[in-house]
Amino acid sequence: MSQKSRLDGGLIDRSRPLSFSFDGKNYTGYAGDTLASALLANDVRLMGRSFKYHRPRGVFSAGSEEPNALVELRSSARREPNTRATVAELFDGLEASSQNRFPSLRFDALAFNDAFSSFLSAGFYYKTFMWPAAFWEKLYEPAIRRAAGLGRLYGKEDPDNYDKGFLHCDLLIIGSGPSGLATALTAGRAGAEVILAEEDFIFGGRLLAERNLLSEQDGSEWAATVISELQSLANVRLLSRTTVFGQYDHGIFGAVERVSDHLPEPISHKPRQVLWRIYAKRALLTAGATERPIAFENNDRPGIMLAGAMRAYANRWAATASQDIAIFTNNDDGHRTARDLSAQGVNIVALVDCRIDAPPSTEFEVLSGAQVVNSRGRLGLKSIQVQLRDGSMKELACGALGLAGGWNPNVHLTCHKRGRPIWNDKISAFVPATDTDPLLRAAGAAAGILSTHGALLSGAGKAIEALKELDISARTPILPKAEDAPVNIAPFWYVKGGKGRAWLDLQNDVTVKDIKLAHQEGFKSVEHVKRYTTLGMATDQGKTANIGALAVLAEMEGKTIPDVGTTIFRPPYTPVSIGAFAGGSRGKEFRPYRLTPSHKWAEEQGAVFVEAGNWLRAQWFPIEGESHWRQSVDREVIAVRKSVGICDVTTLGKIDVQGADAAEFLNHIYCNGFAKLPVGKTRYGLMLREDGFAMDDGTAARLAEDHFIVTTTTANAVPVFRHMEFCRQCLWPGLDVQLISTTEAWAQFAVAGPNARDLLQKIVDPTHDISNEGFPYMACGEITICGCLRARLFRISFSGELAYEIAVPTRYGDALIRRLMEAGKEFDVVPYGTEALGVLRIEKGHSAGNELNGQSTAAMLGMGRMVSQKKDSIGRVLTGRPHLLREDDYRLVGLKPVNAGDPILSGAHLMNVGEIANAANDQGWVTSAAYSPHIGASIALAFLKKGDQRLGEVIRIVSPIDNLEIEGEVTSPHFIDPEGERLRV
Amino acid sequence: MIINHPLLGPRDAQEFVYLGDASLIDRPDASGETALDDFHDYLYLRDNPAGSHKELWFHEQGDRSWLVVTRDTRTHEITHVELAFEYAKRRGRDK
Repeated sequence: MSQKSRLDGGLIDRSRPLSFSFDGKNYTGYAGDTLASALLANDVRLMGRSFKYHRPRGVFSAGSEEPNALVELRSSARREPNTRATVAELFDGLEASSQNRFPSLRFDALAFNDAFSSFLSAGFYYKTFMWPAAFWEKLYEPAIRRAAGLGRLYGKEDPDNYDKGFLHCDLLIIGSGPSGLATALTAGRAGAEVILAEEDFIFGGRLLAERNLLSEQDGSEWAATVISELQSLANVRLLSRTTVFGQYDHGIFGAVERVSDHLPEPISHKPRQVLWRIYAKRALLTAGATERPIAFENNDRPGIMLAGAMRAYANRWAATASQDIAIFTNNDDGHRTARDLSAQGVNIVALVDCRIDAPPSTEFEVLSGAQVVNSRGRLGLKSIQVQLRDGSMKELACGALGLAGGWNPNVHLTCHKRGRPIWNDKISAFVPATDTDPLLRAAGAAAGILSTHGALLSGAGKAIEALKELDISARTPILPKAEDAPVNIAPFWYVKGGKGRAWLDLQNDVTVKDIKLAHQEGFKSVEHVKRYTTLGMATDQGKTANIGALAVLAEMEGKTIPDVGTTIFRPPYTPVSIGAFAGGSRGKEFRPYRLTPSHKWAEEQGAVFVEAGNWLRAQWFPIEGESHWRQSVDREVIAVRKSVGICDVTTLGKIDVQGADAAEFLNHIYCNGFAKLPVGKTRYGLMLREDGFAMDDGTAARLAEDHFIVTTTTANAVPVFRHMEFCRQCLWPGLDVQLISTTEAWAQFAVAGPNARDLLQKIVDPTHDISNEGFPYMACGEITICGCLRARLFRISFSGELAYEIAVPTRYGDALIRRLMEAGKEFDVVPYGTEALGVLRIEKGHSAGNELNGQSTAAMLGMGRMVSQKKDSIGRVLTGRPHLLREDDYRLVGLKPVNAGDPILSGAHLMNVGEIANAANDQGWVTSAAYSPHIGASIALAFLKKGDQRLGEVIRIVSPIDNLEIEGEVTSPHFIDPEGERLRV
Repeated sequence: MIINHPLLGPRDAQEFVYLGDASLIDRPDASGETALDDFHDYLYLRDNPAGSHKELWFHEQGDRSWLVVTRDTRTHEITHVELAFEYAKRRGRDK
């Protein structure tokens, strides 16, 4: 395929042709091209359809500000929507396609939106789709989404890897144009730790796009020389293809490096992108400036683009949108574009300058005091209509029109911490406010210094200034001679008088009329106008659009632009893929997961696992012949009740509490008393929050006068430890007590059932007496097992059976479970999982997470009398609030179905017999339910109003979403051994 | 944000867990006659200043120190950091 619109020269490598496709058609470009430059070189101007009206659109810019040329890149799972063709680096085999059109780019059925544009004016969402409300979700939104879409996701998981990294430096330099390079050279030679980040794939910024010489060198050559020196410096890190997208507090910057976006797929072991978190002592914003257009009727046709972009395409990429080009400008920079294009052999049809005193030219016709008022050409520009200075009209045939409305410094990052830019009349643009941010300075065009000479000098100067604050002395390097043209501009934003639409925001299809309408309707704040009209939203964030809209709004308000102000700039500067933010935290790696010491053994047994917080715990252990989980769980429960079972309870939090005041400390954090707990004994403890609601429960075992082991629930291990440290450091700093979490240090197993002691006696060293007399219920102690392995033994029970918990250093956990199972063979010992654990504790009436859900008081849990009034504990005072002491409050009860076959479901609500099941009649709810093999029916724990006074009553258990309505009997929550005799044998 | 830990130097705020107003250190006397009201105010009433604010941060991914951080809520500028343990003792909590 010929590249019809390819010019001479440029920074492309003609020895490396690359083939690519766009909408299924094959083309050729060169190494160094972007997708946009290669398409232009191939005479493709139509690249997309607009968001709302489906208007045909072409490439508008040559950089990351691009509003129009959004394309899908690659195919299948690597397909990436909404990428800008202007920053997509060309590679061999690149597949690209246009978006938001059906069936094809040239014929788009939804272009009828354009004909009905009067119905789609500012705020049309709010006006049109209000009633009936139910239609929004079902009808309006899906239809709008289809019509006004951007690209499509493929729907399969992204096969590439994304990574995260951390960098530290003295000076972060954002952008590598003339000011950035001067900064880097100054700081690099001074020995400072420097990071130079450039979003482009070649360093040099605007130097690559201009024909002006730096001393006797091309700008790109000078840039390459500087980069090669910087590469030789160990203290300088060069990051190309890296966008610094946000400034955060205290010198932290976010950046994304597109490591492999320029390759068909990442080379092995390389990530697609890296998200860098950069800690910079100082930073310099040398991000240049973005050109802005001038609005007029039908100013959105393919071929109409920013003049500076045309210059960049011609000079850097040797591509042009047409051989016959007109320029519309309000400043001298438009003339530079015309000169450069002319020098490249492009025919300048005319230079339309709205200024009466436009500089003349010998190379092309200058129409001073003239304006472009309209254009023709449905799928690409064919001609423009110019209103001459004398008011007469002239039609000029041309294939492309360059718009030069002046340059906006890229102030974005200086505003991410709420900095407000200030207006500079000389260049008619916002510039960063000086001295508002001690960490981030701006230099060069980003600071409103638009000449190359000024950019070089300011870069070096600001570098010296910043480094001085870090006590690094630096000197201005010898800088090349460069152009120092003054900015001559007459602010001119849009052509008045046209009847049709003049676009301000190409990406969101916001026109001058929309802004005026929004203003008429009372939207006067720039932030309101933005949200009402969608101005400045989506991938380009209005980089080329906002300022024109501000000018229209200012005119309507009779104010100046700085008085109207600008919307707040927020990160990210350009779009960042979700994958980069996620990094490695995907799928199973979304968060760390933890394995119990018996995990490997449990896997060997074919256990089914469940996530419990970060932990994977065995849920049940199916054996041969069991096809339903209930069979396994029932068998495990019965085995514990009849003989003995073993459960890994390592996941429960363990906190070691030591110090002379350890007992007093526990007295403060538990609502019940601990001061008098004898050494060698364990006690159940309930922790309240200061507001009187239960926080967590567990046990505390006293191993010595000054040494306790506190256990927490699995879920609350971390928050409880945090809370205890708060109490220790902030509330009672005078106590002699120290805490450490030992959850990971000990492997702990519950050994439960009538044969638990007999089993344990087989492994506990005979020097330790664990008989009922020697080691009674709630005893604890340090022992040795299996011949001198140190262990801890607690006679505590969650199941209601004779039970122990035995702990060994974690590395012996696997060995211990194997030894226990071996020793238990004669008792037909079974391992049991979390399901059986749950059934056992519901049968016993023990509370767990479902009951301790942050909304239950000690009284509700039936433990009101446990709250000691004799001491100061967390939550004691506010437990005394009258509302929490109400007699008709909820109380924990048990429930049994009246018909033994009926299932009870947790989450069901309780209603009185004969009352309508509604919220007003609600009597409580089921917190936990299970099938109890012991009872032979479904049983449950529930909170019931005045529950403690209603034992024996029949109540309705209702769950409309489950179609459940049964009758149940209110019982004690203790379905088994209410007297606790089994515990004490 | 970066918090300048008095023992460990500058640390990323991601290592910390935020609790809230440092006035939580000033737990009222539980035996006083007005204890119920005092605890109500202590637990539920907070100033919400636009400006300098003393607040509690816990170095959970670090040395487990509770810190009292003085931060400007408008700019996030941190003007002072100290161990809550020291701060609490200065407020008389060790008596």
